[in-house]
Amino acid sequence: MAKTALQFRHNGSDVAIFVDGGTNLLVALRELIGDMTPKFGCGQGGCGTCSVLIDGELHLSCLTLAETVAGRSVETLDSLKQGPNLHALQRAFAENFAAQCGYCTPGMLMAAKALLDRNPSPSRAEIVEAISGNICRCTGYEPIINAILAASGGRVSA
Amino acid sequence: MTVTVKTFTSSSEAAAALSSDRNARYLGGGTLVMRALNEGDISISTVVRANDHALTRIDPSGPRITLGAGVTFARILGERDLAFLHAPARSIGGPAVRNMGTVGGNLFAPNPYGDFTVALLALDATVALQGGFGSRDIPIEEFLQSRERQAGTLVLSVSCTRPASAEAFRYRKIARIKPKGGSVITLAAHLPISGGRVAGARIALGSMAPTQIRARAAERALEGRSLDAATIAAAGSAAVEGTSPSDNALGSAWYRREIVGVHLRRLLLGQE
Amino acid sequence: MLELRKDIFADERDDNLNEIGKGTQRQDMLGHVTGTSSYFNDHKLQGMLHLKVVRSTHSHARIRRIDTAEAERSAGVRRIIRGSDVPRNLNTLLSLINFGKDDEPSLAVDKVRYKGEPILAIVADSEREAFETIAKVRIDYEPLPAVFDVEDALKAGAPVVNDTYPKNAFIYHDTYDHQKLRFGDADAALATADHVLEQRYQMSPIEHAPTETNGSIAAPDTNGRYVVYTSTQALFFSVDTCAKILDVPSNTFHFIGGTVGGGFGGKVDTLTEPLCILGAMLTGRPVRYVFGREEEMQYGPPRGAERIYIKDGVMRDGRVVARKIRAYFDSGAYTRLSSYAAVKCAAHLPGPYTIPNVYGDVYCVFTNRTPATAMRGFGVTAMDFAIECQMDKLANLVGMDPMEFRILNAYRDGDMKAHRREAKNTALIECVQVAAEKAKWPIRDEFKRASSRKDGGGNRAAIPRTPTDTHGGSTAPTQQRTTYDRLPAAALREPPREPPPPAPPPPQPPRPASPSHGAGRFSSVFGTRRR
Repeated sequence: MAKTALQFRHNGSDVAIFVDGGTNLLVALRELIGDMTPKFGCGQGGCGTCSVLIDGELHLSCLTLAETVAGRSVETLDSLKQGPNLHALQRAFAENFAAQCGYCTPGMLMAAKALLDRNPSPSRAEIVEAISGNICRCTGYEPIINAILAASGGRVSA
Repeated sequence: MTVTVKTFTSSSEAAAALSSDRNARYLGGGTLVMRALNEGDISISTVVRANDHALTRIDPSGPRITLGAGVTFARILGERDLAFLHAPARSIGGPAVRNMGTVGGNLFAPNPYGDFTVALLALDATVALQGGFGSRDIPIEEFLQSRERQAGTLVLSVSCTRPASAEAFRYRKIARIKPKGGSVITLAAHLPISGGRVAGARIALGSMAPTQIRARAAERALEGRSLDAATIAAAGSAAVEGTSPSDNALGSAWYRREIVGVHLRRLLLGQE
Repeated sequence: MLELRKDIFADERDDNLNEIGKGTQRQDMLGHVTGTSSYFNDHKLQGMLHLKVVRSTHSHARIRRIDTAEAERSAGVRRIIRGSDVPRNLNTLLSLINFGKDDEPSLAVDKVRYKGEPILAIVADSEREAFETIAKVRIDYEPLPAVFDVEDALKAGAPVVNDTYPKNAFIYHDTYDHQKLRFGDADAALATADHVLEQRYQMSPIEHAPTETNGSIAAPDTNGRYVVYTSTQALFFSVDTCAKILDVPSNTFHFIGGTVGGGFGGKVDTLTEPLCILGAMLTGRPVRYVFGREEEMQYGPPRGAERIYIKDGVMRDGRVVARKIRAYFDSGAYTRLSSYAAVKCAAHLPGPYTIPNVYGDVYCVFTNRTPATAMRGFGVTAMDFAIECQMDKLANLVGMDPMEFRILNAYRDGDMKAHRREAKNTALIECVQVAAEKAKWPIRDEFKRASSRKDGGGNRAAIPRTPTDTHGGSTAPTQQRTTYDRLPAAALREPPREPPPPAPPPPQPPRPASPSHGAGRFSSVFGTRRR
């Protein structure tokens, strides 16, 4: 079975793997690198739970052909925590009860990070737009929006 | 048997690879082809890519604009000169999908997707194609009518004339979920006005037929008239003519036929 | 914001709550925000194989022939599992508590009863190779007439969906094709009521759509055991179901679960584990079987559809004096948990109201639709929707305010409920009063003064004379108990009751001491709330 060599930066470290033709980035991250933080939810681009940053831009890893990230930088939720210290978004999610089953959380956090990296003080409407590709089925959008507002120093609504 | 990925530096080589292999599909942003692979579509055995910079070029200034097939919706939203295309670009997916999905891919997106193409159809865009036997330009309407047979050709770019004013081009996507949701129906209208009267109206509909279509009866109802209440009412009533919508999870064919005239009327009246 | 109204029923408790009313961090929160919570699929095992199933393309068809000759030769295929490979290829989930007959195969053999029913399981080196193998399977179907509507399914001459229940209805108490509730004489009360309102309500199936799809990974362990990572919401229930289907002692398995990416009831059916483990047993390799999104949405079990006919009698002063309900619960092609949902339907049909004459017939019906399952209050939700819509319409009919109308008809402590249980700790009146206050909805003083602890009991505590009937009694042979009994069969088998019980069956699970009908205790996985 022909495999393709692939090198890229994963959460700040260089990684090299061999992928089968057609392998998506989600499978490469989870099964070849062992980073289980991005999740499979639909494989269709409908749920956002596999969201990662590629060169700082929000992408769906399940719809990304793994070889297209050659030489690029991929960040997952695993990159957020600095040693024992939670990222401001992680702290805000925890404090604002922004996770229930936790399955959409990795994608939500990456979508939120993509937003705050570009726009440190977003409005509520901008937050809603930024997470509009991420589905939460335990229906915790309000706490999630509040958590992102809190992380950006914004006013949290009751 | 796994999938073979073929990456080329020029679009002509990619087009040649595409046209010589019935099981090859061109990978743009990945939102269609990767999805098909994820869902077990074994008809795809070769994935063709091109790193040709021409495919991601935008020519946004001037009266006629050109978008490379590989231009993403996020990039369109970053171009101030392309403001008239921001509403359709923003109506697609969430931010991640807009960072990935491309203008060229959208031409092939089946219902309930392909919203940007609705806008391009109303704008009478031209599609530049590269086949095994060279390149050619065809009107978007002709392209859509023969879309099933276009699998072996590579879309290089689309181009269209900039509408004369913001008022002259209108777009509306009806979804059940805001801000993001699949299209129940999508409408776009190009309404050039000459001497107070509509001259060359083009109305395009998404999710009202197997591909994006023009609402020709509604266009006829507008042609040569001023956009007054009676004309708009007539166009609204004619909107459903010639459509053949289907049932899907977002809405029934019946519902789509019921609402298309209502939303066309609101679009023409400039109502929210 | 959460507001605790400790002023209501303050004398019923010591005000010494330590946790309630205070925020407490979830113990799994740190794992969630760091992405380290371990879901079933977050395990990478050496040499893992992938399982995909071949699903029926018909809603109802006889299977004439399954040709796997070409598929067996497909690249990367390790094993093609047929129904005949499944040790006990017939099961019903609630057989674990001796409720209902085995009616559902893990892999269809002779017939398919819904579109998407599994027929073969393909175990291959990669998902792609499994998909390629599926494309090479040839199945020769003889399509059969299908039925998709609950009332059509009960008509004479309707296609038989599930041969285990040839009348297309679950059989209760070995006898009845529906669950009955009888209290007082509803027909007589309807005849003398000032107004009678008859309405039809229905609810479509609802998909849980969890973000994590159903799935499991099974891997051979030492000593002949298997480690199973699973998305199940009901771990021990799944262990026992797998033990039964695979005909091995339950200590064969080491199930690991508990972190579930959204369930809402859609992950109690043990959909993937039996075939996944069987794949590991037959190949000696770790096997993963995970639903794709389309499988989850189309073939994952939904909340079952319901159709409900309500006929209520109401007096001019607003008292509801009679309620007669006929309801149909759409189980889809197999029982799963719908037999229990229909019991809950019957339990809930009087609502939180004291109605002196109640008559309910609830049918659990088989159709050629995707089997239904649990979902957040299943059996109750649609009934609640229907009876509360009905209450609004009744209030309108007699010209009463809908809030006051509910307070007037609310049950009070000491009232006899239609299920012949005394109402205790009732609180509907107070809930309506607070809701009215919050909504700034004016209600009159006499309704503000009403209390759940006043005006109940007395003749409202009486059980009225209740005519009995035997309609819907089955002429079918006595229910065959499931053959899966962990106690000696004789200990559980009871003679069919003669004559049929005149009293309505208890809608809540009977006490463990009275295991009649096999409808023993329902464990918490089914959401039974015990007060």
